[in-house]
Amino acid sequence: MQVEARSRFDNYVVGSANRLAVAAARAVAESPGGVYNPLFVYGASGLGKTHLIGAIGNEAVARAPGLSVEYLALEDFIEQIHAAVAVGEMERFKQRYGRVDMLLLDDMQFLTGRRETQSELLRLLNALQGSGRQIVMTSDRPPSEISDVDERLLSRLSGGLIVDIGVPDFETKVAILRGKAEERKVSFAPGVIEELSRLDFTSVRELQGAMNRLVAQQSLDGTLTPAQVRAVLGAEGTPEPIDLEPELEPEPETVDVTAPAADEFFSFVTNIATAVAAQIEPWKVRVGETVAYWAGEGYRTAALERLMSEPVAPANYEAVLRGYGHAVEQLRQLESKVTTVDPSLGGDELFRDPERLPEAAAFVERALTGAVPPQGPQAAFERRAFQESASNQMAVRAADAVVAEPGQRYNPLFIAGPSGTGKTHLLNAIGNELARRGGGTARVACVGAQLFIDELIAALQEGQIERFRARYRAADALLIDDVQFVGGKERTQEELFHVFNHFHTAGKQLVLVSDVPPKAIEGLEERLRSRFEGGLVAELEAPDRALREKLLARYLADAVAGDEALLPYLAERPVSSVRELIGVVHRLQALAENKGEELTLALARQELEPAGAAVQAPPVTVRQAADVFFLDDEKIVWEWPDVAGRLVEELR
Amino acid sequence: MSLVNYATREITCKIVYYGPGRSGKTSNLHYIYGQVPEDRKGKMVSLATQTDRTLFFDFLPLDLGTISGFTTKFQLYTVPGQVYYQTTRKLVLQGADGVVFVADSQARQLDENIESFQDLHANLSEQGIDPRVMPLVVQYNKQDLPKELILPTAELSDAINFRSVPEFSADALHGPGVFETLRGISEIVLRRLSAAGSTPAAAGSR
Repeated sequence: MQVEARSRFDNYVVGSANRLAVAAARAVAESPGGVYNPLFVYGASGLGKTHLIGAIGNEAVARAPGLSVEYLALEDFIEQIHAAVAVGEMERFKQRYGRVDMLLLDDMQFLTGRRETQSELLRLLNALQGSGRQIVMTSDRPPSEISDVDERLLSRLSGGLIVDIGVPDFETKVAILRGKAEERKVSFAPGVIEELSRLDFTSVRELQGAMNRLVAQQSLDGTLTPAQVRAVLGAEGTPEPIDLEPELEPEPETVDVTAPAADEFFSFVTNIATAVAAQIEPWKVRVGETVAYWAGEGYRTAALERLMSEPVAPANYEAVLRGYGHAVEQLRQLESKVTTVDPSLGGDELFRDPERLPEAAAFVERALTGAVPPQGPQAAFERRAFQESASNQMAVRAADAVVAEPGQRYNPLFIAGPSGTGKTHLLNAIGNELARRGGGTARVACVGAQLFIDELIAALQEGQIERFRARYRAADALLIDDVQFVGGKERTQEELFHVFNHFHTAGKQLVLVSDVPPKAIEGLEERLRSRFEGGLVAELEAPDRALREKLLARYLADAVAGDEALLPYLAERPVSSVRELIGVVHRLQALAENKGEELTLALARQELEPAGAAVQAPPVTVRQAADVFFLDDEKIVWEWPDVAGRLVEELR
Repeated sequence: MSLVNYATREITCKIVYYGPGRSGKTSNLHYIYGQVPEDRKGKMVSLATQTDRTLFFDFLPLDLGTISGFTTKFQLYTVPGQVYYQTTRKLVLQGADGVVFVADSQARQLDENIESFQDLHANLSEQGIDPRVMPLVVQYNKQDLPKELILPTAELSDAINFRSVPEFSADALHGPGVFETLRGISEIVLRRLSAAGSTPAAAGSR
């Protein structure tokens, strides 16, 4: 929030009741963070506390235009904390306020009983004070009288200078009113302002209100005389002065006796403060502060200390300080980068010395190249090549949901189905889609359980288990094929358990694939089984007729043209897996090739029916492989370009 | 003696009140001590004889709190004025950052004033300090006495302040001029800090 531009020192009337407060405020505005930190101004409502801290802010900015000054009523501050908590951006909130050079907090009395605000404020005050930033606070009572405030915070609030603003004396009131009248371009008859000042208004705000009433009255009745003042203001003014004046009188007197005494010392201190602020070399203070700050954060500051021993301010010292900050920032980034690969490398001495930045960078480079991310999905398996039907609908829909909202809907997604039903295809397709969705930055780990086990064993052998974990944890999604293989392998299950938990709590997607549902995996620990079942277990079944038809239509794209009865016939034959179906098609095609005939229903019947339950897989694959060799493109005449085309080609 | 220590973030300033016996050096310190708010009061150490004359020296530590991030402490010393405490005076002068010369405004004390002022210069020179470099202010004390007993400041100035350093008239018993003097010397001392380069500061930060 911005400080009101009208709040300035030059329109703030100084009297005996606020002289000390104004002197302190000026000192603070002249050297923020230098004297009285925090400055705590208290006084009853309407005596100009807000004006005063506004003036500090404006003056400070006028003196040092780059200064970031933040003015806030405590209630706004509390509201902002709540808002930040609500949207989960507490860190940003902290950072934002950690950066201001001068924090002006109004109305601190509202701290009463607000525990979270108090602890947040305590933390903030510590941070600001620690880095030499100025804090100014106001309240309607001294800190010790704000009830229900944490002891530590209380000592912080009282740690700088506490000054009060009292009720203005007669002369001050006159001066204030004259100023206001000038500001509003109204004039009063001689004696009116004095008469008004004599009335017992205990706050400037009330006084202004009374003056406004006089102005209004004057616009109706013409110029007022001093005698009319009390009558116009009626009840408010008249009874009180008579009762209270005698009581009030002695008080200012006693104050007067002690005031110059206290004043003399304080004005001396203020004077010295300004002299010190002007004389001590600001650049050394800057450097000293920076050294203290970074040394406190655990960084080596030798470079800056060397700067301190320079006799005069080096021309580039600001650049050196900034450079140091950048270097620390880079070190932090490097450190966080390396810990994703291997947490044990974090906290290395290298990351604490900005002078060794190049070394640290090289170190991280080595560590990163040493760590290959886990295997990703295979690009060949595409989602759109995966045919959907009633037999796999549930799994496919779940897969699409996972891709649309990773980590949100089904986590984990467990796909179970017999061999050859397309589990691996679907898994890799999910992986590819997730990677695409992440726009290249998403790291999708897609591994077979066997590979996971092998890598774990290798990591155990090399004592690199930390790195193994970090590699997997760094991924944004983890897809594991053939997860049934972890059954009976205790160490792997333990590791998988931790990785699983990490992904699950971080809201990162897990997809597991197995040939049987979790409860049927032998030797699977209960804690893993229950976790596997915690999301959605979707089963892939043997292809139904509809799916068979779709698949056949694709695989027989050319051949079927010859005989329309072939496709329904083949689709009718039940198969246990897509793989088997493809096997049948290849077998028939090879047969037709061999015989030099077209693939017809009759041929298919002849081949498939006598053999009965067509499950003799091995010979099929052998023959198929041989046929593929003969189907080599270059050796098939009809695929050559036609003669005319070739002539044209040669003429060119 | 170092003034500003950037490493420990301290400013320490030693100011010595110098002057002939009975010129009111201790009164200066007493008045200052009286003005320090209760919560900031250190202990004033006064090694005085039974007749209340300063035998050795007074020492008043003034803790000014944290200024510009520096813990600021002023140490105010007085020297015994009597001629025969020469050794103590030299001792107290050691490491002083500034000197307040408290002159007795009484006409009959003029010679003592001049003698003491010369003594100050001699003692500084003896310690290898160029008296012209040492921050110095002069205070003409006892200006509250009847006019016929004292010399006007102009005359005193002619007689004593040949170096034209800042001068203040004061009544140390009742206060007028005391803080003005202290402020005057403090400002010169602090200003010298940057003018004299950072030699003392750098030496201190090691």
